[in-house]
Amino acid sequence: MSELKQELKEKIIEQLNLEDISVDEIANDDPLFGQGLGLDSIDALELIVMLDKDYGIKLADPKEGRKIFESINTMAAYITANRTT
Amino acid sequence: MKPSSFHIASYCRIIDNNIVKNDEVLFTEKTGDLSSFLKKAYKHMEIRYPKFFKMDTLSKLAFIAAETLLKDSVEKNTALVFSNKSSSLDTDRKHSASITDSVHPYASPAIFVYTLPNICLGEISIRHSLYSENSFFIFDEFNPRLLTDYCDSLLSTGKTEKILCGWVDVDKQEYDAFLYLIARTGVYPYTTDELTRLYRKT
Repeated sequence: MSELKQELKEKIIEQLNLEDISVDEIANDDPLFGQGLGLDSIDALELIVMLDKDYGIKLADPKEGRKIFESINTMAAYITANRTT
Repeated sequence: MKPSSFHIASYCRIIDNNIVKNDEVLFTEKTGDLSSFLKKAYKHMEIRYPKFFKMDTLSKLAFIAAETLLKDSVEKNTALVFSNKSSSLDTDRKHSASITDSVHPYASPAIFVYTLPNICLGEISIRHSLYSENSFFIFDEFNPRLLTDYCDSLLSTGKTEKILCGWVDVDKQEYDAFLYLIARTGVYPYTTDELTRLYRKT
């Protein structure tokens, strides 16, 4: 799981162009949206695409993303339980 | 107020890895591609605005040019009137490549949202909290006469008292930005001849 968390941090920084943030600065329980990393609604859509493309997970209801994308911990737990690739 | 009583308060030209403001070179970077140049310019100008890195190249170029002219003070009713030749073609190509990718044909939301040229006006408006008039025209080349006609209409009808106007074009590694701020006071006369002179000069 810790490998996956590291991988997610790297992917988020790269795919969401978080140039000023390093992997070490993202704690596993940091909120990804709002006061945490400050991601926005377009970032949320990119994360949904990333789940599909990289882990074979299709979110039927984008509202599900709110809980899944709370933090690296919640993302990693969801991916571990639902990944198809 | 009559448009003839307005001036060009300042101008910015970004071309050939140089950023010029009012005849003065503010930043030069001779190596690297356009993306690298804009990133270095952002750091050189000590801007703190993480959303810059999420923008497409056209918006980044427009953002840096606007920042050069608006960072010290900006009136909230500053209209934006931009133009270019390539529209959002540079980003349209990236979107096209992403949806026709042979392995992962996905539409990237972060790319798709920039597939209109006027999105760069929105980025500048958000950055400077502008709720003003804005327009984006597509011309074959920088056309000071048409831009001046449109700006004169905004000024003479009292829609705005300041206008950030000009040309911002990106196509692959080719780029050219020339923005000027029209205001009541300024160092350059606000005429099409002067605009042509300033554009050709740099």
